[in-house]
Amino acid sequence: MENNVNTGTAKQILHLGNGGEPPSLDPHLSTAVNSGNIISALLEGLVTPDPVTLKPVPGVAASWDISDDLTTYTFHLNPAARWSNGDPVQASDFIYAWQRLLMPTLAAEYVYQLFVIENAEAFYKGEIDDFREVGVSAVDKFTLKVKLNAPTAYFLSLLSHPSTFPVHPETIQKHGDIDDPGNLWTRAGNYVGNGPFVLTEWALNRIVRVEKNPYYWDAKTVRLQEVRFYPIDNFVTEERMFRSNTLHLTAGVPEEKIAVYVRDNSGLINISPYLGTYFYRFNVNQPPFDDSRVRRALSMAINRQQIVSAVTKGGQIPAYNLTPANTLGYTPTAKIPFDIKAARRLMAESGYPQGKGFPKVELLYNTSEGHRKIAIAIQQMWKIALGIEIRLYNQDWKAFLETEKNGDFSIARGGWIGDYLDPNSFLDMFLTNSGNNRTGWSNQEYDQLIKQSGRIAEMDDRFELFQQAEKILVDESPIMPIYNYTAIYLKSPDVKGWYGNVLNKHPLKYVYLERDN
Amino acid sequence: MLKFIGFRILQAIPVLLVVIFVTFLLVRMAPGGPFDEEKAVSPYVLEKLNERYNLDAPLSEQFFDYLSGILQGDFGPSFKFPTRSVTEMIATGLPITFELAFYAMLVALFIGISAGLLAAIRPNTAQDYVPMSIAMIGICMPSFLMGPILVLIFGIWLEWLPVSGWGYSPGDKILPAITLGSTYAAYIARLTRGSMLEVLSQDYIRTARAKGLSTQTIIFKHALKGGLLPVVSFLGPAIAGLLSGSFVVETIFQIPGLGRFYVQAAFNRDYTMIMGTTIFFSVLIIFFNLLSDIIVAYLNPRLKLGNKK
Repeated sequence: MENNVNTGTAKQILHLGNGGEPPSLDPHLSTAVNSGNIISALLEGLVTPDPVTLKPVPGVAASWDISDDLTTYTFHLNPAARWSNGDPVQASDFIYAWQRLLMPTLAAEYVYQLFVIENAEAFYKGEIDDFREVGVSAVDKFTLKVKLNAPTAYFLSLLSHPSTFPVHPETIQKHGDIDDPGNLWTRAGNYVGNGPFVLTEWALNRIVRVEKNPYYWDAKTVRLQEVRFYPIDNFVTEERMFRSNTLHLTAGVPEEKIAVYVRDNSGLINISPYLGTYFYRFNVNQPPFDDSRVRRALSMAINRQQIVSAVTKGGQIPAYNLTPANTLGYTPTAKIPFDIKAARRLMAESGYPQGKGFPKVELLYNTSEGHRKIAIAIQQMWKIALGIEIRLYNQDWKAFLETEKNGDFSIARGGWIGDYLDPNSFLDMFLTNSGNNRTGWSNQEYDQLIKQSGRIAEMDDRFELFQQAEKILVDESPIMPIYNYTAIYLKSPDVKGWYGNVLNKHPLKYVYLERDN
Repeated sequence: MLKFIGFRILQAIPVLLVVIFVTFLLVRMAPGGPFDEEKAVSPYVLEKLNERYNLDAPLSEQFFDYLSGILQGDFGPSFKFPTRSVTEMIATGLPITFELAFYAMLVALFIGISAGLLAAIRPNTAQDYVPMSIAMIGICMPSFLMGPILVLIFGIWLEWLPVSGWGYSPGDKILPAITLGSTYAAYIARLTRGSMLEVLSQDYIRTARAKGLSTQTIIFKHALKGGLLPVVSFLGPAIAGLLSGSFVVETIFQIPGLGRFYVQAAFNRDYTMIMGTTIFFSVLIIFFNLLSDIIVAYLNPRLKLGNKK
């Protein structure tokens, strides 16, 4: 029968569910995952992630040298790298792009990604005006030198994040101001990129279509002729499209269907660890959670294994600490135990034996059936184990964020997906002045450890500092980790060269379609 | 008649102003702002963003700026989709929503009037009970249930029709039109039945029967015009409802219409987009109510609007 999957596989056209409508295709302004997926097909950074290990492999930079003190990177650009209009990709294009990202008037949310570069933050904050003082310079047309504040072990991983991608200066200038978010250079027909694909159609809420870029330096690796991204914000609709062979791949799976696909053993469902942690935040500024013993007790009293096997059922991994295991080879050793007896003792010590006298507290989550089920399970576990009553309440996403930001909660649901493959992407969240902390928790020793880890080059030494920090986090328990996420999606057996990896990033240059018999 | 229309249009202006004012206030009172995300935006960036979209100005200034903008036809840029203007988004989504509503209306009228007539011709028989029970189910069955059931049967099991999309293949408009139209078909069937029963019991119909006219002639030539009056007055609100209520069907079938933008804008706190779509839908509702009033006046000689002396 004629359908997208059959004709697509024959013609190397990939049909892909991509979550909702991408808000922007501008690498410097995009924050959404669905935008990032498309931008990574249209543009390429200095390095690209290996599709399996995510280790940085050459992108625009054919090679790079790192100084002995690990603070200066010299990138040798591949002279064969071209923009989709045939122009060569030059060191100056990166300087232009990074200066653009750092312009305060652009108001880019991911600007902090570049703050590891010398003077970048000062330029952004207006403390210096001359961009030449920022630690990035062109040695010649194809050599880019970057000076960092400190050895930053994850610097290369940052370079495969869209916010650090180059843009084509003439194209931006042709279509508007450099710092205008409404600049129409991102429209099909205007877009000049340097990635494996070029933008050929962007129809609002309908489709984004990209085709193979003949100018791409590594075009011989690229086997797909075309990729069609469908903005489908409803997993149920998406699953029906997959079942009728309209899509090769989905962005997600409706919760109630996960178990069905796992049971039928068709091999269509893919579940792989995803670099993210689902947790609850305690508001440490309010009783009873100003007492770390109470926070620990609550965290010790829940059966995480039961939550993932009976409630979420998507192969999630119980989490007993913040950073997911094996993040760049780091696995935290400190763990919050599952120990109801000890939890009861702690509660008694803090003045709530058998839960007596425990104030009425509320558990806040953003409206969603999935969050509700987990909250109910935990509410029951606490009631049975500790004899305390927790009230549940939910708010729509934006209202939830505001309530949480204002500290107007006792316990609130949280989730975090790592931006790059490094424990720092998780642990810097609970620095005292971090905007993502939102628990009110502050620990000087913790802050010191994390800051120090940024100045050290040797990985094992850094990991040792992270282990100490993680132990503080477990002991003090401003948060209660629940599980580590998994990426769950449906994939046609025709899709090859698509691997599960912890960032759920799938460079499309390696993907191809082949009838699976 | 012209006087009546002119008066109704004048009446619409204060209504619209109130709509704009109330919506403007309500969206800003809703907790959470357009730039709140899981990954916190730094206060510095937030300040720049508020500056860019004039959100740091006093409310009254924002309101009058907005008002003067829309008087010049400028609804501003969408906050969520920075390269799209609200006008562009409405212009993209509206024709699709209109087309969907049009097909749905055809479905509703065809099924609704046929079923209503069948029932009215032989009241209190199986010919009445069966279509009316189905109509009752149709009224009760929400489109988020009806849509997936139709998709399952005709899209996935029988593979006759596409399960999603709009304008990719000729068949992809059928299921959305039926899903959206069926609820209204049910209403129209009940309205038609009721008013036809009333008309059919009137003297002039009896006279027609006595003259020996065929049932067909009586129904289609004499009774239908009067019998459809309530249906016509229902059409105005129905079309407005179809347009603004198409969100569920657009989501189920992955249709890039205005309904989806409208609801997404509310979740995103996309202030300009919420304002633009609300104003737009208000104008449509006012317009279609006016239109159906005019048609009713035209069909019903007893109502002579605007000619009251």
